[in-house]
Amino acid sequence: MDTEKETSKDLWEEAYAQRGERDAEFSTMSGVPIKPLYTPEDVEGDYDEKLGYPGQYPYTRGVYPNMYRGRLWTVRQFAGFGSAAETNERFRYLIDHGQNGLSIAFDMPTLMGLDSDSPLSLGEVGTEGVAVDSLEDMEKLFEGIDMGEISTSMTINAPAHVLLAMYVVAAEKQGVGPEQLTGTNQNDILKEYIAQKEWLFPPEPSMQVFKDMLVYATEHMPRWNTVSISGYHIREAGSTAAQELAFTLSDGFAYVEAGIEAGLDVDDFAPRLSFFFNSHIDFFEEICKFRAARRIWATVMKEKYGARDEKSLLMRFHTQTAGVSLTAQEPYNNVARTAFEALAAILGGTQSLHTNSFDEALALPTEEAVRVAVRTQQIAALETGATNTIDPLGGSYFVEALTDELERQAYDYFRQIDEMGGVVRAIENGFQMGEIAEASARYQRETENGTRKIVNVNIYEPKDESDVETHRIDPAVSEGQLNRLKDLKERRDNERVEECLEAVKRACREGENTMYPTIEAVRAYATVGEICSAMQEVYGTYRETPVI
Amino acid sequence: MADTIRVVVAKVGLDGHDRGAKIIARALRDAGMEVIYTGLHQTPEQVVEATIQEDADAIGVSILSGAHMTLLPRIVDLLKENDAEDVLVFCGGTIPKQDIPKLKEAGVGEVFTPGTPTRKAVEYLQGELVSS
Repeated sequence: MDTEKETSKDLWEEAYAQRGERDAEFSTMSGVPIKPLYTPEDVEGDYDEKLGYPGQYPYTRGVYPNMYRGRLWTVRQFAGFGSAAETNERFRYLIDHGQNGLSIAFDMPTLMGLDSDSPLSLGEVGTEGVAVDSLEDMEKLFEGIDMGEISTSMTINAPAHVLLAMYVVAAEKQGVGPEQLTGTNQNDILKEYIAQKEWLFPPEPSMQVFKDMLVYATEHMPRWNTVSISGYHIREAGSTAAQELAFTLSDGFAYVEAGIEAGLDVDDFAPRLSFFFNSHIDFFEEICKFRAARRIWATVMKEKYGARDEKSLLMRFHTQTAGVSLTAQEPYNNVARTAFEALAAILGGTQSLHTNSFDEALALPTEEAVRVAVRTQQIAALETGATNTIDPLGGSYFVEALTDELERQAYDYFRQIDEMGGVVRAIENGFQMGEIAEASARYQRETENGTRKIVNVNIYEPKDESDVETHRIDPAVSEGQLNRLKDLKERRDNERVEECLEAVKRACREGENTMYPTIEAVRAYATVGEICSAMQEVYGTYRETPVI
Repeated sequence: MADTIRVVVAKVGLDGHDRGAKIIARALRDAGMEVIYTGLHQTPEQVVEATIQEDADAIGVSILSGAHMTLLPRIVDLLKENDAEDVLVFCGGTIPKQDIPKLKEAGVGEVFTPGTPTRKAVEYLQGELVSS
C-alpha cells in the first residue's frame, strides 16, 4: 500500500514538473509560500485537539455549535456623516432595509477628543463621520430609535469613556437602564498607537482609563462589550495577515492582564471581550487567519490566564472587508473584490460583517453603493449555499496547513513582544509600527514591479477613467454644528460644567474610577473636548516619533 | 534649483491613515530625493513653516479625511503669503474625481488617487523640478 502511494506521488511530481508553471508569484499576499498541492502529509496533530467540534474547545471550527444554521451573522454597516440628524436618517434607512445592528462612524475631531470649534477641527467637522460634541448630539442620533432594542457598535477609542457615558445618559433619558444596553465600543487604544493614530494620552494613563471602563461596564452593563480588539486598522496600515493576527491578539492579552490587575476575575470580564478583523483579498489566507485566531485565543486564555468559563475562551468577532483593497480605477470592480472578501469572512465564521461600498476609494459611500454592499451579504447568505454547513473548509489539507502556519507566525511574534517586556514597551520601542512599515513597503514594491497583480492598477489598466457619483457632505453641516455648539455653551449651567470637570481631574489625579465623574460631566452637557482636555491636563498628551 | 530635490511629505488634518504618506516618503527617498516627513495631525501652518525652514522644493500632502477642499487651498495661500509660491504642492488620498479640477485651479500641481504607482509621483516631481 505504502509503495503504491509513493508511486502515485512520484508520478504526480514528475508530471507536474513536466507541465511547468505559468509565470506568477505563488505565495499569499503576506508572503507565505504556497505549494502546488497539499496532501494528508501536510496536516499534523490530532483532530480533537486541534479542531474539535464547533462550539467546543479550541473552537477552530466556530464558536457556536450550530453557527449559520442557527442564525446568520449580523449585517452591520458602519455609517455616520454630517450632523447627528442626518446620520439618524441614514440609520433609519438601514433599519428599514433589514439591518439589525447600528455602527456609528464619528468624525475625526470626535475621534481625537476635540470639539467642532477647535482650530484643529477645521474642514473635518462631519466629513468622515458624524460630529458629536455633547450629549445633545447623542440624543439626536437616537431619536425615534429604541436604545433598549437596537445593538450599537461605536467606533471610538481615545475618548471612548466620554461617548459611552453619553450613550448611557441618552438611554437613561429614553427610560432604558445601562443593564439593558447591548453593543460594543471599540475602545482599543493599543492599536491606535500601532496603526490608527487617534490618541489622547500616553499609553500608561490610557490603560488606566481602559481599566476604569472595564470595571464600570463589568458592574453595570452586563450586555455591553467594553472593547473590540481590532486588527482591522493594523491591516489597513499595511501589515501582513500574520501581523494582524499577532498584534491584535497580543493587544487582547494586554487587556486581559489589565483587567486582572484592576482586581477583576478573568471570567467576570473576558466573556464580553470581542474582536474586529479585516478580511483582505487573499481568500484562503484570510479564512485561515480567522480559524487560527479562535484557536490561539482559546488556548492562551485557558492555559495562561486560567479562564474557566467557556465564554471567556470563545472568540467572537466582527469583520470588515478591506478598504485598502479597493481601487479608485474602475470602481465597480470593487463589488467583486468585496464579495470575495465577504465570503472569506463567512467561511471564517464571523459573527457580524461590514461590506465596503464600491466607491469608498473615492469618498464616503452613496446610498446606492451602500445598498449594493448590503445586498452582497444577503446574496452570500441566502443564494450561495455557503451557509449550509459549518466550517465547510475544515479538513482541507491546504486550509489546515495554512492555519497552522499563521498560528506559528503569531506565536513567534508573541515571543518577541514578551522579550521586549510586553505590548506597551514594544509600542514605546516602535516595534509593531516598524514591522508594519516594512511589510507595507514590501507589498508596494511587489505591486510596482509587477510580481503582485492588481487588476486595473498594474494590469488591464483602464484606458478611460470611469467616473461614479460620490457622496457629498454639505458644507453647511460644519456651520450648523458650530452654531448649535455655541448655543449649547450659552444655554447650559456653566458653573455646573466647571464643577464636573474639576471632579474629572480629581479622579485622574487620585486614581479613582474616571467613568463616574465623566457620566456626571456628560449629564451637565460638558463637551467631548472639555472633558478630554481636562484629563490631558493631568495625564499629558501623546506624541509619536514617526517611523518611515 | 539645487541638485537634489527636497520634499516635505505632510499629513494634514486629523486622520491617522499614514500608510500612503510613508510609502510615498520611502519611494521619493529611494529615488534619491531628500524627504522630510512631518508626522501626523499637522496644521497647514505647521506644514508651510516646515517647508520654508527646510527650504523644500515641493510639498506632498497625504489626506484621507475628506478635508482636502479646505486644507489644500489653505496651504497654497499660506505659501503665497510667505513668498514661497514657487514650492510645488501635490497631493494624494481619497479624493473624488470632481474635486481634482477644483484643487488644480486652487494651485495644487497634481492629484494622485489610490492605486497610483509611486513611480508616477517620482516622475512627476522630476519632470516638474529637474528640467527647470
